[in-house]
Formats: sequence, structure tokens, C-alpha cells
Amino acid sequence: MLAPLAALALQSGLVLRAADLAALRFTVTQAALSAAISCALAVPLARALVRRSFPGRGALMTLLGAPFLLPTIVAVLGIVTVYGRSGWVSTLIGAPFPLYGMTGVLLAHIFFNLPLATRILVQGWHAIPAERLRLAATLGLPASARFRHLELPMLRAQVPGAFLAIFLVCLTSFVVALTLGGGPSATTIELAIYQALRFDFEPGHAAALAGLQAGLAACAVWVAARVTLPEAMGAGLDRAPMALGGSVGDGPVIALGTLFLALPLVAVLVEGLPGVLVLPAQVWPAAGRSLVAALAAAALATGAALPLALAAARGSRWAELVAMLPMVASGLVLGTGWFLLLRPLLRPETVALPATITANALMALPFLMRLLLPEARRLVADYDRLARATGLQGLARLRFLTLPRLARPLGLGAGIAAALSMGDLGTIALFADQDAATLPLVVQRLAGAYRMEAASGAALLLVALSFTLFALFDLGGRHAAK
Amino acid sequence: MPQNDGLSLNLTVTQGAFTLRAAFDVPKGARVAVLGGSGEGKSTLLLALGGFIPVQGSLRWQGREIGGQEPSARPVAMLFQDQNLFPHLTLAQNLGLAVNPRLRLTDADRARVSAVLARLGLGGMEGRRPSELSGGQQGRAALGRVLLQGRPVLALDEPFAALGPALKADLLGLVGELAQESGTTVLMVTHDPADAQRFASHVVLVAGGVAAPPVPTEEIFANPPPALRAYLG
Repeated sequence: MLAPLAALALQSGLVLRAADLAALRFTVTQAALSAAISCALAVPLARALVRRSFPGRGALMTLLGAPFLLPTIVAVLGIVTVYGRSGWVSTLIGAPFPLYGMTGVLLAHIFFNLPLATRILVQGWHAIPAERLRLAATLGLPASARFRHLELPMLRAQVPGAFLAIFLVCLTSFVVALTLGGGPSATTIELAIYQALRFDFEPGHAAALAGLQAGLAACAVWVAARVTLPEAMGAGLDRAPMALGGSVGDGPVIALGTLFLALPLVAVLVEGLPGVLVLPAQVWPAAGRSLVAALAAAALATGAALPLALAAARGSRWAELVAMLPMVASGLVLGTGWFLLLRPLLRPETVALPATITANALMALPFLMRLLLPEARRLVADYDRLARATGLQGLARLRFLTLPRLARPLGLGAGIAAALSMGDLGTIALFADQDAATLPLVVQRLAGAYRMEAASGAALLLVALSFTLFALFDLGGRHAAK
Repeated sequence: MPQNDGLSLNLTVTQGAFTLRAAFDVPKGARVAVLGGSGEGKSTLLLALGGFIPVQGSLRWQGREIGGQEPSARPVAMLFQDQNLFPHLTLAQNLGLAVNPRLRLTDADRARVSAVLARLGLGGMEGRRPSELSGGQQGRAALGRVLLQGRPVLALDEPFAALGPALKADLLGLVGELAQESGTTVLMVTHDPADAQRFASHVVLVAGGVAAPPVPTEEIFANPPPALRAYLG
């Protein structure tokens, strides 16, 4: 983790240019706008969802979790199918929809993060104590007063965390900028790093940019550490509707939200199904490489997260910090560092897969840590004494206590790590040549060559593999926890 | 002065601003009720004895210093207020841990576990998990664990407090019976004077940061010191 960052520091001559400042400005602006719009839209959507009961509500809540695991390149393909120049929307309005540039970047980021913000806020609404709702009902508070006294305080507590979480994710946006942005006016720092390394071949410049990116992310993480970031995974969202009183706007809000989230997914399915039949030959070895990388990254991430979470649960601040460290660096930043480190020693293509696996495992570490730490704390609090009383230790403790008690979060975490790694298109884009491509890279290349049918088919295969891996790990964990 | 054949305490426990002093002997085979108000440090004293809280000073068993030993190496077996069984393991596994912490059990070990379960009225329940048992059965199973550990000192930190009076009396009776057979020294935390009178030969009163030396039960209730009088109300 630190070695590539040190390499960056050494090799950057601090050569930043005017274009880099434009990239910095664009990166921050789009991240702030993405976060603000996602949160603003999430408020009415989440509010409508918590107080309305309708058939398919549970399915919709599940759908809100899907974009998190959806490979970025797949969602982008879906968005292009819906909003692109010759897409559904353009056909409908009879004029080309101006997708590329800031619009496209925002659209994609909102597609990914509106569900995240909505999940956070739905949990916020559900966390309002039932006693307080009953009190409001007893007092006969009108809707406006109820909003001001019950819901507004909750929003004030939840929205900053949601905003920061989304801002952080969008800062390191690479695939979206690569495919929907571009040009001098819509280049993120991540994209600039990629271009400096792959096209201009200016390692010093790439290093300076990567340093800038890491610094920016470090600032954001520093701020985020002061605001408790909300947890939006795992907890039960499918609860009975709350007695907040409905409004006529709820129906249209839910319908529009569902349409916005479902359209790109439907597009991938519709376009991809015929494509599956004509998959080009390079897809299969790439799928194999992706599977190997995903399994290895999941194993590596879980293997690292478990001892760190156990150490942190015993009070080691150090372990907690180490596990959160990857938040300051993106896969691309780490990849740049390794690229610079290894370049004098060997051809980057030869280590494309190991570098990708390591970067993906590191990227997954903070997610795993967040899942494992609360459970590890409970494990230590509840059973450490009994384990010590019976002399249960070492491998026996791992086998008979730690693994059975943590099977559920471990399975879920491994599933998330595998799915994220399966869909990742950061590090690999820097390293890979024609022979070492993973499935997301093949999808991106096919789309770049305007072979849309093949690209959609490969994208569908990618989604199927990612979700299957996730489901298998998650089910495995649940099964083992019984 | 003859050497004490039981426990000798001369120690201080410090937890933040709270300190507890204890300097007394407990003869082998005694049954001691540790009595006192909530927050006075009854549990702290027992956890220190069991090795779950570090102590300053000395803690000896039959003249041998045990204050620095790991809980599983001490001559003390302990039942906690809760979490005395691993919920994901079967009864046979839970009790098997007391025989071999790596759970490598021989046929003879398994037979021992089954015999203890049968003795506690849990015969044939080897394959059950704690959640499939009633509260009283869980208490018996936990007792089976300490029975198999076979330590000369048993520390009970109100393990049966959540049970009804009849079940609690039943289990305390069982503890007394088993302790009698093996000559086990028992220390039992309780906030119920009736428990102390029914079960204990001696009472250690914990109040004001001090655990007082044990006094014979009849004597202390016949002539309660001010702290006990305040507690009894």
C-alpha cells in the first residue's frame, strides 16, 4: 500500500499544468454536484418509499442495492443505450440527447449513488423512534410540524454523511469519465493519470497527478472521519410502511425513481441477450482471468480484513487505520505507483493480473472492515471471556469460534470483494495489453470499437458472473452461520 | 502461622477511578457468598480471581502464586452472568472444550461428557444447541462445563440470576451437592441474602471499595455490620 505511494512521491517532479488544474476543478465540481443532486433526489424518494405500501416494494428495495455491485462499465453501456446519441431517449424526443461531458458524468454518478443515498435515508426514517411518532399522533401535529420536528432533525443528521460518502466515491471516478466524459472540459484527475501513462507516456506527470489525487482524497477522508459515515448495507430495509401520512406526489416520485434506475438495467438485458449468442472468442479467456482475479482478490481481502478487524476489536487503533488507509488511494493511483516501481524491473504486462488482484483486494478492505468490525467487537465482548476460560486459542479458536461466529459478514464481505474485483476497470487498464485483458476491459474495448451488440453480450455475461459470485459467497456465509 | 490450604488474597484491583481491596484467606472447601450492593465490585472480585482482570498484589492457591496465570491455567473455573455456552456449538462440543480445548476427543472423552450430561439430567441431548434448551437446562449445561474442567475453585458470578426462584434454588442445590462430593471451594456472587443463608458457610461483604474477610453466615446475619444493615434495609 505505501510502497506505490512512496514511488509516486519520488517520481513526481511536481509538474502540474493548466490542464491539470482544470481536471482538478472538474473532479471536485462533478463530485460535489453528483453528491448534492443524489441527496436532493433521495429525500423525496426515500420519504415516499417509507410511507407507501405497494406491490413490489420489497423488490424495489432490493433493486436499490444492485448498482453498488454492478460493474461500472455495464451501467455505462446501459446509460448509453438509453441516453446516447442514437439511444432510446434521443429517438423519443427526435433529437440527439447531449449525453457526453458533464451531463453524462452526472447522470451515471446519480444512477450509482441515488440508490446509496436513498438506502441511507430510508434507514434514517426507520430509525425515528416509534414513540415519537405516536407522540406526534397524540398531539395531532399537522404534516408540516411533523416534518419539522421529526424528519428534519433526522435529515440534518444523515444527509451530510450521505453527501460525503458519495463525494468520496465520485472523486475517484475513472470509468465513467473515460467513457462518458473526456475532452479538456470533462476530464477527471484519474482519467488524466491514465492518459499521461498510457498515451503520452509521461510517468513523471502521471506521478504528480496521482499524488494530487491521493492528496485530494486524503482531505476528503479526513473531513469524512469527522462526520460518522452512515452504514447502508445489510440492515433490513423491507419494513412495514410508516404512519407519516402520504401525499399525491408519492406515486409519481416512486415511478420516476424506479424508471430512472431500471431503464439502464433493462437496456443491458435487452441489448445483451442477442449479443450473448455472438460473443467474440476473446471474451472467454478474459472471463476466466476475471474469475481468477475476483476469487484471489476476495481471498486476499478477507484474509487481511479478518486479523485486522479482530485486532481493532481488541482496541488497536492502528489496525483500524491500516484497514481504512486504502480509502485515500484509488486502484488507479496504486496501479500508477506499482507501474512506476516495477517498470525498470520487468514489462508491466507480465504483472497485470497480480497488480490488479492486489489493488482490488486493497480497495475492498475498507468495505470488509466496516462489515466485520461491529461483529468482531460483539464476538470479543460476548465470547472472549468464555474462550479464555476454556483455553480455546490459536487455530482451534479460529475454527470453533471465530469462523462460525463471523461466517455471515465474512461471506457477505468476500462476495462484495469478489463482485467489485470482477467489475473493476482501474488498475488493469493501466497494465494490460491485448493478451491479459479482463472481462470489463474487453467490454470497454468492444464498446470503444462500436461493436455494441458484442459489448452488450459480454456485459451481460459480466453481470451474471459478478452477481453469481456475490450470491454464492453470501449464501455460503449464511449457510455456514447456521 | 500454618499455611492456608485454600485461597489467599492480598490484592488491589484498579479500574479507572474504582479500586477494590481484598486481603483475606478462604479455607479449602468453604462455600462463600459474596454479598453487596450493585456497583460495589462483587463481580470485579470474582473476575479478578478468574484471571479476567489484572490485579496488583498476590493471589495464592495452596501457597502457590496464581495471579499472573491465564484463566485456563488457573485452578479456578468460572460461570459468568451470561454467555457460558457457545451458541453455535452443540452441548457435546461445548462440554468437550472443557476436556480438550482443541476438541480432539477420544471415545473415552466423549463417554465422560455424556456421563456428565446424564448426571445433570441432560442425557441424550449431546447434539442439541443451547438455543434448543430451556433456561434451566442451559444452566445445567454450563454447570457441566465447569464440572468437567474439574478445578478446585468454582467462581459463580450470578449465573442463574435470570431464572425463577424455584429453578435457581434447584441449581444452587445441585452446585452444593457437586461441590460437596469433590471438596470444591465455591465463591458465589449474590444480591439475595436468602441465597447466602441457604447456600453459604461464609459471607464476604463487599462495600466501600473493600471486600471484607469472610465471616460465618449465621454470625454475620445474627449481628450484621453497618454496611450489611444498610444493604438489607
